[in-house]
Amino acid sequence: MNRQRLGLWWFIGTLVFALLSMLVPLPDVLEPFKPYWPALVLLYWALESGDRVTLGSAFTMGLAADLLDGVLLGEQALRLTALVFIALRFRSRLRFFPMWQQTLAVLALLLNDRILLTIVRVFAGDALPPASWWISPFVGAALWPFVFLLLDDLRMRLRLQ
Amino acid sequence: MGQDSSPLFAGSTGTLRLIGYLALAMVLMVLDHRNGWMWRIRYGAAVAVEPLYRLAGLPVEGMRTLSVAFADRQHLTDQNQRLREDLLLANAKLNRMAAVAEQNEHLKELLDTQRSLELNVQLARVVGVDLGAYRHRLLLNVGARDGVKPGQPVIDARGVMGQVIQTLPTTAVVMLITDPNNALPVTIERTGLRTIAYGSREGDRLILPTIPMAAEVQVGDRLLTSGLGGRFPPGFPVGQITRVAPATTGMFLEAQAQPSADISRSEDVLLLHDQAEPAGPPAPVPPMGPPAELAPAGAGSAAAPPRPAKGFQP
Repeated sequence: MNRQRLGLWWFIGTLVFALLSMLVPLPDVLEPFKPYWPALVLLYWALESGDRVTLGSAFTMGLAADLLDGVLLGEQALRLTALVFIALRFRSRLRFFPMWQQTLAVLALLLNDRILLTIVRVFAGDALPPASWWISPFVGAALWPFVFLLLDDLRMRLRLQ
Repeated sequence: MGQDSSPLFAGSTGTLRLIGYLALAMVLMVLDHRNGWMWRIRYGAAVAVEPLYRLAGLPVEGMRTLSVAFADRQHLTDQNQRLREDLLLANAKLNRMAAVAEQNEHLKELLDTQRSLELNVQLARVVGVDLGAYRHRLLLNVGARDGVKPGQPVIDARGVMGQVIQTLPTTAVVMLITDPNNALPVTIERTGLRTIAYGSREGDRLILPTIPMAAEVQVGDRLLTSGLGGRFPPGFPVGQITRVAPATTGMFLEAQAQPSADISRSEDVLLLHDQAEPAGPPAPVPPMGPPAELAPAGAGSAAAPPRPAKGFQP
C-alpha cells in the first residue's frame, strides 16, 4: 500500500521535474537544441506503466504546461494527448523493440509533435519558424535511450511499480 | 492490444476519447486566442505557478552567483574600475546636461507644453525562465502588486528592450522588441525619417520593411523611438542599422537593425512609469484592412503597440 503510494508520488514527481526542466533556460547558443522534456518523460511512463498514463492525464499535464508557459491554453494539451494516444496504441509493439528501433519511433513521434505545434502556431498567426526549429526532435530522440535507462534504473532501485 | 475488437471504444485509449480531448483542447485554444480571458485563470493559478517560476529560475540564479563567487579578484577589480569610470563619465555628462535640461524646461514653459524630461522608473530583475521555444519573452520579478501594468515600456542601460504584456501578482511577462509580433514606431536619428521596426523571425534583430525608396538610409544609422502611438516615450535608442537592401516587392527599402539593448544578457532592467504624452499628429486614422480583433498576432495581439497609419511617413 505504502509502496504503491510512493510509486504514485514518484510518477508525479518525475512529471513535475519534466515541467521544471522545460522552464529552465539554456544558454543562447544551445537554445534550439533543447528537447521537449515533458514528452520524453510522459512517453517513458506510457510505455512502462500504460495503465497509469491515460489520455486524461496527458491532457492535464499539457494544461499545466500551458499554464506555466502562459502562451496559448490548450496547445500542449493537444500535443501531449496526440502523442500519448499514438504511444498507447502501439505500446505492446514499442516495448519490445530493440533500443535503436524504439529511438527511431520516438523520433517519429517527436517530429509529429513538432509538426502539430507548427500547425497550431501558424493558425494562431505566427510567422513560420526558422530551420533550427527542427533540431529539437532529433536531440530528444538522441537523448531517449539515456532518459529511458535512467528512469528505468531509478525505478528498479526504488523497487517501484 | 488483445482487446482491440472494437477499436472505437477500446478502453482508455479509445478513438472517441481522443477526439473528445482534441476537440476540448481546440475549443480552449480558440477561446484563449479570441478573447484572452484565460489569462484570468492564469492570474488565479498564479499561487501555484509563481513558486514554480522561482524554482525554475534557481539554476540561472545559481550560475550568476557562482560566476561572481569564482570570478578572480583581478576580474572583479577590473570590472569595478570600469564601472567607476563609466559612472564618472555619466556624471560629467549629466552635469553638462543639467544646464541644457534647465534651459529646455524653461523654453518648454514658454511654449506651454506639459512634457517633462523626468523619468519615473522602477528597477526589476530578470527571472531566468524559458517561456516556450522561439517565444521572445522575458519574465520579471515584479508584478501587479508592485504597480506594474501591461503596456509599460522596459529599457536597459543601452536602449529599449520591450513592453510588459501580462502581469501576475508578483511577476510580469515582457514581449521583447525582437518578437515577430512586436512593432515599434521609430525614427532615424540622422534624417528624422519615421518608420516602423518589426521583430524578426529569428528573433535576434529588427526589420524595417517599409522605408520609402527615395529615403536616405545608411548602414550605421541609429534608431530612436519616435513616440508615435503613445506607448514608448520619444528619444530612446532602439538600435543601429546593419543592412539596407531593396525589399523583395521592389516598392520599399528593407533595412535590418541590431537592437542596442543587451537583450539576451540583461539581468537588471528598468520599467518606465508615467509614459509621456505621445508626440506628433493627433490620433491616427484607423488603418485599412480587417478589424483589429482579427489581427494575426498570437497571444500578444492585445498588447502590440498600435501601428500608426501609413499616412505618417514622409
